[in-house]
Amino acid sequence: MRHLLSAADLDRDGAVHVLDVAEQMAATQRREIKKLPTLRGRTVVNLFFEDSTRTRTSFEAAAKRLSADVINFSAKGSSVSKGESLKDTALTLEAMGADAVVVRHSASGAPHRLAHAGWSRSAVVNAGDGTHEHPTQALLDAYTMRRHLRAAGSGHALGRDLHGVRVVIVGDVLHSRVARSNVLLLHTLGAHVTLVAPPTLLPVGVGTWPCEVSHDLDAALTGGAPDAVMTLRVQAERMTTTGGGFFPSAREYSRRYGLDRRRAALLPEHAIVMHPGPMNRGLEISADAADSARSTIVEQVGNGVAVRMAVLYLLLAGGEPAAPTPGGDS
Amino acid sequence: MTAARRVLLEGADVQRALTRIAHELLEANKGPDDLVLLGIPTRGVPLAQRLAARIAEVEGAHVPVGSLDVTMYRDDLRRNPTRGLLPTELPAGGVDDKVVVLVDDVLYSGRTVRAALDALSDLGRPRAVRLAVLVDRGHRELPIRADHVGKNLPTSSAERVSVLLAERDGRDAVEISTPAPAAGGER
Repeated sequence: MRHLLSAADLDRDGAVHVLDVAEQMAATQRREIKKLPTLRGRTVVNLFFEDSTRTRTSFEAAAKRLSADVINFSAKGSSVSKGESLKDTALTLEAMGADAVVVRHSASGAPHRLAHAGWSRSAVVNAGDGTHEHPTQALLDAYTMRRHLRAAGSGHALGRDLHGVRVVIVGDVLHSRVARSNVLLLHTLGAHVTLVAPPTLLPVGVGTWPCEVSHDLDAALTGGAPDAVMTLRVQAERMTTTGGGFFPSAREYSRRYGLDRRRAALLPEHAIVMHPGPMNRGLEISADAADSARSTIVEQVGNGVAVRMAVLYLLLAGGEPAAPTPGGDS
Repeated sequence: MTAARRVLLEGADVQRALTRIAHELLEANKGPDDLVLLGIPTRGVPLAQRLAARIAEVEGAHVPVGSLDVTMYRDDLRRNPTRGLLPTELPAGGVDDKVVVLVDDVLYSGRTVRAALDALSDLGRPRAVRLAVLVDRGHRELPIRADHVGKNLPTSSAERVSVLLAERDGRDAVEISTPAPAAGGER
């Protein structure tokens, strides 16, 4: 793995490997001393052109727990606000010796450009690009599902995928990079995904995605018997064109697509309720559902650190395959 | 590449070596009190379990066994493709103020043991740390020695030592092969 740009970069074994490494990383985070020396001397740059709290702090915590040096670079108050191009920013970071660049950008494809334009030798991790992808979020969601649905009791989830798990993803799929990455990754891991949204909040071409699409949340919850329901944030800040018009009113959206107490009660006993955050309480999810015992929303944040540690470890810890030393090493 | 293989220890030799190490551990520690055995994955873990079983036979005492993965503490991470991680599982009592015995299959450069000592110091503060290995093949690169050795095997660094254990490989044996194949199971 050289970069992590898309959830589609991972095949089934690769994705399971990331989740297994994350499992060991999570174990180290339950210890008194959480810091590991693994990436000492490596530099990770958080390059955030778009606001983010949990993703940036999560990557920062992950890199620091592995002893990497972290440089936070946000567009506000940087040369970017003076008109510096992505290329010049990348060249600057390369000159500073960044080993990995974690990039969030409002333009879909910016991380891809950064990785493949030949501007730098750093590993690139996509931390969310426009309405395209957010692969580490999908990994932490898959990790959370695997822990709850595949490691029942104290059993180990190691080595297991999500074959046969039924997932409903409901909400603003059109503006959601989380939805796309999740559909790709969950499909790779063998899960069965149903997207639920009003037609106005589904992207063009959603019919070609490896999932089912529905406009009726109640039917998806009662008929599908999902093991996990993921609600997506209504991204009001991206609904600015011609005054929105994606749905008639917040109240109507909430009635038809919000996860409230009644709908949560329709779920099977073991099903979990997820949300990538930040939440609009009362819009796509009621406080009741968000704070219920089956909600994994807070846990997802913690799992995010373990998963990002795994990704940074897999991208940065190894070197070029060297000539084998005779007799190995012990 | 066809490697000439020689068997250096048969199954019964491995058993005898482990039995002796178990007795040595008890003797050096004046009994099983406060002993904790930590195997270094992969083959150190079944070895540690066997040592604990031997101690149980001899003393009737239960000695806690755990595993200690040292991958994230290695100094050669950047010289190799990324390795997967293996579980670190400490026994319930932890390692604080215990006599921790690190158990591995082959002692060679000493770098794995150095990594294990670093990993251990992040997990607690043992009263003492000992090292038990099934095979010591020499060629140390660090000032590290084993307290308990199953068999000293003078080898050339071009040779390759393979420890086979019934739990993983279906039988017990220690084999040596020359010249070294490009990749293999020895660590």
